Amino acid sequence: MTTQPVHFYQIGSFAVGNRLLSDDERTVQSSPNRANSIDSGHRACQGCGEALGARYALDAAMRSSGGQIVAVNATGCLEVFSTPYPETSWRIPWLHSLFGNAPAVATGVAAALRVKGLHDVRVVAQAGDGGTVDIGFGCLSGMFERNDDVLFICYDNEGYMNTGVQRSAATPPAARTATTDVVGPEPGNVFGQGKDLPRIAMARDIPYVATATVADLHDLEQKVERAMSMRGARYLHVLVPCPLGWGSASSETIHIARLAKETGLFPVFEAHNGVVTDVAKIRRQVPVQEYLSIQRRYAHLFGKKPRPDIVARIQTIADQNIARYGLVEPASSDQEVHV
Amino acid sequence: MLQVRIHGRGGQGVVTAAEILSVAAFAEGRHAQAFPSFGSERTGAPVVSYCRIDDVPIRTREPVMEPDSVIVQDVTLIHQVDLFSGLSNEGYVLINTSRSFSELGFDDHFRAFAQDRLLTCPATEIALEHVGRPLPNAALLGGFAAFTGEITLDAIRQAILDRFEGVVGERNAAAATAAFEFVINAKEELAHASTN
Amino acid sequence: MLRQIEGSRAVAETVALCRPEVVCAYPISPQTHIIEAVGAMVKEGTLAPCEYINVESEFAAMSVAIGASATGARSYTATASQGLLYMIEAVYNAAGLGLPIVMTLANRAIGAPINIWNDHSDAMAVRDSGWIQLFAETNQEAADLHVQAFRLAEELSVPVMVCMDGFILTHAVEGVDILDQATVDAFLPPYEPRQVLDPADPVSIGAMVGPEAFEEVRYLAHLRQLDALERIPVIATEFEELTGRASGGLVRAYRTEDAEIIIVALGSVLGTIKDAVDIRRELGERVGVVGITSFRPFPGDAVREALSGASQIVVLEKAFSVGFGGVLSTDVAMSMQGEQYVMRNVVAGLGGRSITRRALEALIADAVRGDLPALTFLDLDHDAVDRERDRMAKTRRSGPSAENLLRDRGALSSSYPRSES
Repeated sequence: MTTQPVHFYQIGSFAVGNRLLSDDERTVQSSPNRANSIDSGHRACQGCGEALGARYALDAAMRSSGGQIVAVNATGCLEVFSTPYPETSWRIPWLHSLFGNAPAVATGVAAALRVKGLHDVRVVAQAGDGGTVDIGFGCLSGMFERNDDVLFICYDNEGYMNTGVQRSAATPPAARTATTDVVGPEPGNVFGQGKDLPRIAMARDIPYVATATVADLHDLEQKVERAMSMRGARYLHVLVPCPLGWGSASSETIHIARLAKETGLFPVFEAHNGVVTDVAKIRRQVPVQEYLSIQRRYAHLFGKKPRPDIVARIQTIADQNIARYGLVEPASSDQEVHV
Repeated sequence: MLQVRIHGRGGQGVVTAAEILSVAAFAEGRHAQAFPSFGSERTGAPVVSYCRIDDVPIRTREPVMEPDSVIVQDVTLIHQVDLFSGLSNEGYVLINTSRSFSELGFDDHFRAFAQDRLLTCPATEIALEHVGRPLPNAALLGGFAAFTGEITLDAIRQAILDRFEGVVGERNAAAATAAFEFVINAKEELAHASTN
Repeated sequence: MLRQIEGSRAVAETVALCRPEVVCAYPISPQTHIIEAVGAMVKEGTLAPCEYINVESEFAAMSVAIGASATGARSYTATASQGLLYMIEAVYNAAGLGLPIVMTLANRAIGAPINIWNDHSDAMAVRDSGWIQLFAETNQEAADLHVQAFRLAEELSVPVMVCMDGFILTHAVEGVDILDQATVDAFLPPYEPRQVLDPADPVSIGAMVGPEAFEEVRYLAHLRQLDALERIPVIATEFEELTGRASGGLVRAYRTEDAEIIIVALGSVLGTIKDAVDIRRELGERVGVVGITSFRPFPGDAVREALSGASQIVVLEKAFSVGFGGVLSTDVAMSMQGEQYVMRNVVAGLGGRSITRRALEALIADAVRGDLPALTFLDLDHDAVDRERDRMAKTRRSGPSAENLLRDRGALSSSYPRSES
């Protein structure tokens, strides 16, 4: 069941919604009764995709669970900007331990809730890409392997942003970061590296794996709610553009996230027990150039000494993703999805 | 304090032997301490275990440097390990072999020792007969009980039965009894030999 | 009930009596028998309700304990040596967050070179972490200390590690009285957290603290350790009233009343030292022993009082600060400021080298004669060291020192004690 993209209309208030939708089709965010799990007053940058994604995801989790969640947060942007001493913007029980252990800490929280018979209280662990694919990888693998009852959400802004924009295993090829400078024969991050966490998670056959972006609120909320309807290890990978790290305009965050999906560079899909069950189709494939050229981390690919060869390699990656996940409706009959 | 040192190879139950001996002593109302010289788990490597028995609490934690009794579960260690280090001339030596002390070439080494405290016992053969496996530890403990008189056969048997369930326990206890009887006989023969 | 059992088993059964709710551990010699036993008890239902998590690393073990403890569950783990270092970030984190986790540390040397045998280098590596560190002299004390540890940890919101010598205690079979459930329940009430993750009353735990308040937070931790100095003897006394035996406390003195020379040590070696002391006392030497049970918080006043009167203090320890000297001796010296005495530091038992009664007797004799140097490495093979230094001086590519030393030593198993002949 593919989600139907929804057009939003300005309805005379600041609520995000569509008054043509029935109540049960409306987003959590459109409700004035939403939990506001992460409340206003936090110190995120203007246009921060992660702040948006966290609010969307946690409010949806709160609605699903009737307000009964405990959040475990890894060190990173979200943790830092949400708890500027002496304040906290969290309205939910929230624990920050270390950078690399959010999955294990969440496992511990889940175990404690189980032993105390608090079956209705659910655990959500969240980390940036660094705390998920790099330093958190060991603990995450353990959480997957044991099928611990935790929804793990990775907010992927493709680098270590809080510490000054360094490369992580989620940084895409050719992107400039402070540790992959645009010098030498291969400027920016090198090709042929990186970890595809959603596919790694699927290889573990855990009950639910999904990717999403902050460009599609309905889709993200539905995926959170679907995940919350299940037990066991669940993984959600959310693309959250970072204006600072990506060198993009703060007003462009949602647009860039949409382009990431529409180019095929960020496949949006769902998988159950290791098998892809649904993909968000690309209505009209956008050339990667349109996506790359509005981010200064890719500026070296354009301008005075353009690198169309590198852009072409990135286009190949997008095309491969589209083929792998069947993101574009083929002209002819059904296309099987092989991952 | 009675200090016993048991030598063998990994997989022969050397550590269990010391433990069973300590449990037997405990059952008789004494204080006992058993521990191995530790190493990575590896079959075939030389292993040493220790057991101390006393009527007061045992405080020391050092390995048994001056044993009153040495039990050798595997005679092939003779050229590899200093089996009798620290053993006094009055000490008991019980070696698992069907050969005699002379046949083992020990006459010179043990010339100054009390000859009625040196004994060999075919514990492996006894174990094969009663347990069906070449694990001589239970038999040697039965032999030790007979040899030194420091522990009763009953206590050894009970400790074996506690440690090993069902048929395995019974068979090992039977091996201990058989070795006990073997040693009693051997002692009598030694006594006759010396009086004749 | 008094039983002849392995130290690890005694600890496992006693921990089970403390009704832990979440147990998580990663196997490492010599702690394995403890966690295997607890795991079996959970699996067969004798320890319930309890969640036992097989974690993928020690870092995960302490992290799971952190999450569980913050959610209000009584949490337990165990490790040693390399495992402790692997979780060290989480160890500091647990103390900083004030979570009353109890951990068994089966003391083992830290590599390189890799070594699975006992010494105290692991405990020393985390002595500033904010954890309470209690050292057991016997397996009886090791078991008893766990009960006291949960009580202490939960009262003060400070994590506690019970240190017991790896192999020497964990793998020794001896008589231990295992308490019954009613007695432990009387001593250890259910865990009432000071802070807990609860949707009905949300709190944020683990926020960043800047220069404005960090010192105050750390000072509060310091005060909690000072509180522990008060509570540890009280808890030990209460334990003695309930069980009839003395376990725990800050320090324990043996034949120190008229002692001129006092040996100070931690852990199981105290037993061997007492045997040596008794023998030397027969010869008229006025020597005594002080065992320190609470290493952190360091009981400076109690140590000072116990050592007062001695003209020579010999600190015997299974750890050292490389290039400098003793760790325990430094703490003891700090406590003795202003007193008149001579201190001698003996580093012994590193990497599991046996500390023999005879070597201790010789040590005491040297001390009596005033022949002990300021720093001694007991039973050190100076020749072997000199040979390696020569090798290193002669050629640049001299190879790994450890290998050279072992090759030098020959075919004898390195764990087999050398005879005194």
